[in-house]
Amino acid sequence: MIQFQDVTKSYKRGGSPALNDVSVEIQDGELVFLVGPSGSGKSTFLRMLLRETRPSSGTVTVNGINLAKLRNRKVSKYRRTVGAVFQDFRLLSDKSVERNIGFALEVIGTPRKQVKTRVAEALELVGLEDLAKRKPDQLSGGEQQRVAIARAFVNHPSILIADEPTGNLDPATSQDIMKLLTTINEKDTTVIIATHDAGIVDQMQRRVIELENGDLIRDEAVGSYQVGGDSR
Amino acid sequence: MRRLGLAFREVGHDYRRNITMTIATILTIAVSLTLFGTGLMVRSQVNAMKDYWYDRVEVSVFLCGKSSDTSICPDGAVTAAQRKAVEAKLNALKPTVEEVYYESSAEAYQRFKEQFRESPILENVTQDSLPESFRVKLQNPEDYQVVANAVVSSPGVESVQDQRKLLDKFFSILGGLQAGALGIAIAMLVVTVLLVANTMRVAAYSRRREIGIMKLVGASNGYIRFPFVLEAVCSAVIGGVIAVVLIGVEKWYLVDQVLKPAFKFTSFITWNTTYTIMIITFLVGVVLSAVAAYFAVRRFLKV
Repeated sequence: MIQFQDVTKSYKRGGSPALNDVSVEIQDGELVFLVGPSGSGKSTFLRMLLRETRPSSGTVTVNGINLAKLRNRKVSKYRRTVGAVFQDFRLLSDKSVERNIGFALEVIGTPRKQVKTRVAEALELVGLEDLAKRKPDQLSGGEQQRVAIARAFVNHPSILIADEPTGNLDPATSQDIMKLLTTINEKDTTVIIATHDAGIVDQMQRRVIELENGDLIRDEAVGSYQVGGDSR
Repeated sequence: MRRLGLAFREVGHDYRRNITMTIATILTIAVSLTLFGTGLMVRSQVNAMKDYWYDRVEVSVFLCGKSSDTSICPDGAVTAAQRKAVEAKLNALKPTVEEVYYESSAEAYQRFKEQFRESPILENVTQDSLPESFRVKLQNPEDYQVVANAVVSSPGVESVQDQRKLLDKFFSILGGLQAGALGIAIAMLVVTVLLVANTMRVAAYSRRREIGIMKLVGASNGYIRFPFVLEAVCSAVIGGVIAVVLIGVEKWYLVDQVLKPAFKFTSFITWNTTYTIMIITFLVGVVLSAVAAYFAVRRFLKV
């Protein structure tokens, strides 16, 4: 379970906060859309979950761990329970697809045998078994994002965070990526997707949390996009 | 073990990727450590000379000769009776005085000839111009005043000279040399640390994407840092070996082949001391490089 309790984050003293007294709960296994215009605090919200930043006040609790109090040297252990996917894929261009995915396991000390089977599983999940030996720049954007998702999921995290996962993709490819994220969600993974893609949000009919200027202004169990009211 | 293999592979990769930087780093480490070691050698050498010389200092009691100043030696050259009286006084000072022996003008001249074999000074010195003397070896070289008080006003004594005073002046100059050498040594270590830190920072910067991903998927800071520290240590080991060899050459050639035959009247730094210096130099290089790398990449490990 993810729990934000009166979370405020100010990057600059006296400046307007990036998150302003946000309280929200996300249950295990949910799929949640996080919407809002640029600068609304979405990124800060996600960075909070990755423990890349800490709240100025309030608490963020994930699976019973209070991230504000989590020691620096324990952060790496915690991050193994959270997968993340980004708009720019963040793949290593000099490594093949399977090495990119395996990398995530290698650097946390997974035995070589296990790496092999897990990578094969992840490739199957995202449907890229045939492209395992390719380099990222030989793949389309959608394929690259699948690799990134495979890498985020290969360690079976309990939470998957996706920051504008379809930001660089065409609508048809975006659909596929969303389908993949839904599949992952069905494997008991909490999925949080920050997005500007109104079409997808409206179509999926899932929970929507909207932020604006750091305030949580909407939290609907079955929501649509409509950022900042209908005028946008 | 596997992790070590992976890390070494990364080091090899990094070395190849930036071969000029690698060579520059290794050579700078080698030169810096050599100068550091040389600084330590100069220090030890001065200490060796100090031990040698202070062990041999004596108080010289010069006796009146034919050419002595008449205001000090109104009776002219020392007489046998006066000489005996002075010797008795000196011997009475035992055990403060460890040993007293007599050196005639002829012996003084012999010794002088020996020491200034190739010097033109020799032509201007005759046997008569060198006074006869008592050489007094003290139990504790600082007790000069006791000897001086006892005999300076005795008839037949021209002057009492403490060789320590001469040495002190000499060694205060050498002390400056010692401090200078140590200063250079430390400066070179600072250079090494800064260079290694900078090299590792560049290496980390060029791999910041990889580091970012490692952090994202939960690699520990130690894991991420390890290849960089290992690379710095590898550079330091190679540079350190070069430095150790050069220090060995300094001892073997400069000290033993050049200086030793030229300066007979002192002792020189031994191989044992040289080995110690080699070990210190090597370890200091490796440890400092590791520490420099550790802190240099820290910035890239934040968040």
